[in-house]
Amino acid sequence: MNIIVCVKRVPETADADVVIDKSGKDIERSGLVFDLNEWDNYAIEEAIMLKEKTGGTVTVISMGGEDSNESLRKCLAMGADDAVRLTDPAFAGSDGFATAKVLAEAVRKIPYDLVFAGVQAEDDGFGQVGVTLAEILGIPHVSLVNSLEVQDKKMKVHRELEGGLEEVVEVDLPAVLTIQTGINQPRYVSIMGIRKVAKKEIKALGVSDLNLKAEEVGVPGSYIQLEKIFLPPVGEGAQMLDGKPEEIASKVFGILKDKGGLT
Amino acid sequence: MKKIIALAEHRQGELRDITWEVVSKGRQLAEVMGAEVEVVLLGKGVKKLAETLKPKAKRVLLVEDDRLEAFNSETYQKVLTQLITERKPFLTLIGHTAMGMDIAPALSAQLKMPLATDCIGVDVAGESFALTRQLYGGKVNAAVSFLKNGPYMITLRSGGFPVVEKEPFPGEIVSVPSPLTDEGLAKRFLQFVEAAVGEVDITQADVLVSVGRGIKEADNIPLVKELADILGGVLSCSRPVVDKKWLPKDRQVGTSGKTVKPKVYIAIGISGAFQHVAGMKGAGTVIAINKDPKAPIFGVANYGIVADLFKFVPVLKEKLKELKKS
Repeated sequence: MNIIVCVKRVPETADADVVIDKSGKDIERSGLVFDLNEWDNYAIEEAIMLKEKTGGTVTVISMGGEDSNESLRKCLAMGADDAVRLTDPAFAGSDGFATAKVLAEAVRKIPYDLVFAGVQAEDDGFGQVGVTLAEILGIPHVSLVNSLEVQDKKMKVHRELEGGLEEVVEVDLPAVLTIQTGINQPRYVSIMGIRKVAKKEIKALGVSDLNLKAEEVGVPGSYIQLEKIFLPPVGEGAQMLDGKPEEIASKVFGILKDKGGLT
Repeated sequence: MKKIIALAEHRQGELRDITWEVVSKGRQLAEVMGAEVEVVLLGKGVKKLAETLKPKAKRVLLVEDDRLEAFNSETYQKVLTQLITERKPFLTLIGHTAMGMDIAPALSAQLKMPLATDCIGVDVAGESFALTRQLYGGKVNAAVSFLKNGPYMITLRSGGFPVVEKEPFPGEIVSVPSPLTDEGLAKRFLQFVEAAVGEVDITQADVLVSVGRGIKEADNIPLVKELADILGGVLSCSRPVVDKKWLPKDRQVGTSGKTVKPKVYIAIGISGAFQHVAGMKGAGTVIAINKDPKAPIFGVANYGIVADLFKFVPVLKEKLKELKKS
């Protein structure tokens, strides 16, 4: 089974103090820690587990600047065989659709049975790239996959629906699956592990290597563009409880007593 | 006259809430644009659902086929491609749900129709639309515009749009022939798998103490469990805690977990991602404890405490024990 996994390097913002930068179009990136997109971490783990079971290769591809090599090396350290970085000034400003076009041309250059992508990225949250990629490649897709099983030239996969419900779908290969978080427990990568793959060559491919024209990618090849970003309106917001921890705790007791929180 | 098409979503015989949101937003945009709103309903034996949709739109376009009994993006895509090509709507609205995420990106690519996903705001802007999306898990909002001319496709965040009650339409149901044949499919629906029943039912609890990513590791869960015990409440959690296998899935509050309505909900180390909030906004009183003063959870909580949970929760436990005795 030859598997291609599409990954992205993103800033970790879940616990970070997010500040809008001077351009008003992005957040202040200095001081933020960057890592592999959480969904992609599960996707690469799933690919490596499948390879360990069935043989074959795992190739990881990412569109991004030189910094993205860091995430690609993490994937190599986890057990991927090859890494390819898609990079070109013309890619700047690509939306989900343009990104899928770039990925599709890279995928076409590599023999594959399966393509994995994360359901969505933590930063722009389009939740569309994997499914668009399948359509461009002319192969079937299954999104929101939270378990899978290979059966000869097809797969049996579970899709996560709302409210805890799942559906079971059978799909012919090759196919694109978008992987949901929680599908596995991604392995830990040690510093030693990263060091071992530090010298491994990561190919970089640009517009001309991918049989693309500059007008098909980046802003000219995109459907949407970001105008500006702003902090979400807070609405009424919470009444903040201040004071020493003991005082706050007493206030919480009062609220609980009042609102039926003590049983 | 310009048309707006809203795709109805149903599962196991029932229309899903997103349908009303998408149809309501479609009608509102149609009024601004001077357009007609049409609902598209695909399925097998879904006439009854079409009847309930009838007063909500100018017309219901009903495609019935045995092959549409269960949702499958492949059959849906075939039907919708033909229907959209024929009806030429200026805008197609779809929910950003498990169904919408599986169909809209492929449909948009096939029809070469500009797509914006997971929008929380859509306004008419000349011959196009001004969109609002969220970035970085809801920490930042973005104003987004289309770069190309219409027709357009937009997916709407579930729970992101109000359902506005308006004067009912006389309505009509138009049966549209299905283009599907017995040609084999590359993807086949097999069955649904219901959620496993756990040891507790968090939807029945009066008091929920809920823990999120901020708890950092499995070994810290008892800290919050003890607080729940002191209050006679039940322990629940947000998605990352289940993804990491620290608590079972039946404890999860949110879109892909359970929808809860306790009298009191205490959110500890939960940032308040939209998917979580969708599952707990029916709670009576929400108290949030988070170290990030900008955490979105403070936008939905009634009371907020900015604190390191590892320092504050032990103090809270002691104080509650002491005050309960007195």
